[in-house]
Amino acid sequence: MPKKIENVGCPYCGVCCDDLVVTVSDDGRKVLEVENACAIGNEIFQHASSEGRISLPRLRQPDGTYKDISYDEAVDYAARVLIKAKKPLIFGFGSTNCEGMAAAAKVAEKAGAVLDNCASICHGSSFLAIFDNGYPSCTLGETKNRADVIVYWGSNPAHAHPRHMSRYSIFPRGFFTGKGHKGRKIIVIDPRYTDTARVADIYVQVKQGQDYDLFNAFRTVIRGEDIPDEVAGVKKEQILQVAEILKKARFGTIFYGMGLCHSDGRNHNVDIAISMTRDLNDFTKWTIMAMRGHYNIAGPGVVWAWTTGYPYCIDMSKKDRAYMNPGETSSVDLAMRDEVDAFFNVGTDAGAHFPIEAVKHLKKHPWITIDPNICMASEISDLHIPVGIVGVEVPGIVYRMDNVPIQYRQVLNPPDGVISDEELFERIHQRISEIEAEEGITQTSAAAAGTQTSFVGE
Amino acid sequence: MKTVTLTLNKQPELYLECNDITPDAFAGKTPAEIAAIEIWEGKQKIPLGDFFTVEGSAGATPAETKIVVAGDCTRVKRIGQQMTDGEIVIESDVDMYIGGWMKGGTIHVKGNADSFCGIGMEGGELIIDGDAGHHVGAAPRGEWRGMKGGVIRIGGNVGNDTATFINGGTIVIGGDADIHISTHGEGGTVIVKGNAKGRVGGQMVKGEIYVFGTIENPLPGFKKIETVERDVEGVQAQFDHFIGDLGERHPKSKGQPVYAHLYVKA
Ligand code: SF4
Repeated sequence: MPKKIENVGCPYCGVCCDDLVVTVSDDGRKVLEVENACAIGNEIFQHASSEGRISLPRLRQPDGTYKDISYDEAVDYAARVLIKAKKPLIFGFGSTNCEGMAAAAKVAEKAGAVLDNCASICHGSSFLAIFDNGYPSCTLGETKNRADVIVYWGSNPAHAHPRHMSRYSIFPRGFFTGKGHKGRKIIVIDPRYTDTARVADIYVQVKQGQDYDLFNAFRTVIRGEDIPDEVAGVKKEQILQVAEILKKARFGTIFYGMGLCHSDGRNHNVDIAISMTRDLNDFTKWTIMAMRGHYNIAGPGVVWAWTTGYPYCIDMSKKDRAYMNPGETSSVDLAMRDEVDAFFNVGTDAGAHFPIEAVKHLKKHPWITIDPNICMASEISDLHIPVGIVGVEVPGIVYRMDNVPIQYRQVLNPPDGVISDEELFERIHQRISEIEAEEGITQTSAAAAGTQTSFVGE
Repeated sequence: MKTVTLTLNKQPELYLECNDITPDAFAGKTPAEIAAIEIWEGKQKIPLGDFFTVEGSAGATPAETKIVVAGDCTRVKRIGQQMTDGEIVIESDVDMYIGGWMKGGTIHVKGNADSFCGIGMEGGELIIDGDAGHHVGAAPRGEWRGMKGGVIRIGGNVGNDTATFINGGTIVIGGDADIHISTHGEGGTVIVKGNAKGRVGGQMVKGEIYVFGTIENPLPGFKKIETVERDVEGVQAQFDHFIGDLGERHPKSKGQPVYAHLYVKA
């Protein structure tokens, strides 16, 4: 008898829908049906039971082909690469659980590595803004139940987060928002007339790269000061009209995305959005939220901030202290500057997402991919270690885009013998200890050597 | 004043982190002791003497110690970090964090410097003859109390994020500046002799900015109030005087709001 599993979380985007119903075959090997998921969420479950999954680590041979090896051999190879490298980089974690992230942090600390996650090429600028200016945020539940004005600024959920609008923002009938979309005003601010803009009450077309200037204009008129007739391609009348709506809201949320994080100024665009949110709280209740991309990309920020003090770009090469400074310790910068000599691509595809120059630099050194799937990174690696798909084959904790933790379930069994990220990193950690003990390698520790080295800002 | 000359005699595979190349760390040490000071390449600690030849001798105190760094230092970071006194001369281009958290003394870079030079600066003088990267004299990440004092002089152009969260001190840029100057500034002075790209003084509370050239995209939060005659860096000229950022909070002094001041050469 096929089995119906309810309240399943979707391991795809940051909306983290946890209302999926998944029907699996008798033997627990195949997904037969997925209810409630959007098209992209559905796909990830179907993919898990597709043919051609690999179930053994593969090591690059001198002739360029891959050869299957055992997990023990792969663990030993990875441990030796980490020990030998002067500054290894462990990057990714777009698609794994918090348990795997915590185990990876232990390995990074032991190996004196730089530990970084996909935020580095995504919402990392949000972290910098939040460090500088705070984060007046809320949960998605609060938005659903209270918000009567929603702003999507530089984000396009119609494509990137398909159920965001129906679950939390535009359409749901919440506790104080019983009229659903009839009682809500939707404002979309974007240089492009996106599919999200199509469902908006007001669309503001900001000139590309001038979001900061437009925020500055909003803040200026909200304080009752005058502005020029046009700012960032937007007419003064429209700026005044939108400012009035923002001030008169009962509860508002600004959802922003890559439009702010990846245009000129990056963290400053988010920073001034936070300043505007704070200004609006002189009039009414306003909140702001980053539209995090992957289902658990908020996870490493939470887990690593707790274990190391920093959410991303964490340089642990000095072992007894962590240091973070994007621009220097961020993955792409490290790669472009030739500053690392081993690369671990974990649960992401740096082969597809990094600039080609960065990939070329990284390729001069050992490159290990840890991922359930065959991807561009796995195909250019020296070693590819498959792991179970989190949320399908491996259960665990994930953090939704509003930093709410959700327990994800296992609905299928992984391919025979395939282990989880957590188990893999625990085994690498163990193996590093064993090799160090065998070979009498001692930790490089500034404290132990009693040097006068001091790093400020750590 | 006594002089120690360091010459970089081989290039590292990655980068060298040399935050103990300071008069403070060198003072009172023999050349052999200086050669034993530890520097870092990634997670490995190496004696300074492995990469640099050490000649001359250090003074008894930081104030009496001058360090000349020769050789190609494009892959050397953190020289002069936290120094309190004395002098450093770097003969070539140099990497990041030169003069970071500097409290006193002088550093003179004869080439270009990469990003984060003079971040968190409190005092002293940092002179870069060539260009500098991003975050010149800015606050370290997450620090809302930026540069407190001292002088930074950049001969050429700078990248973005100059003087973020500046609280005091002076930065003079001989060439052009990319976006974001004195963002969140609460004091201090930035002088741009060339052009500024935009976002000049965004979220700025107090402090002064002078631009001799043009601002490609001025912010709407700055309002022109007058044209004034000023003597800036030895140049007497007419400047349009703006106050702002009118979108930002401003403290009051004697009942009047205190603004940041932007002067653009008329
Ligand atoms: S909206 Fe996101 S989390 Fe929800 S089903 Fe679609 S992909 Fe999955």
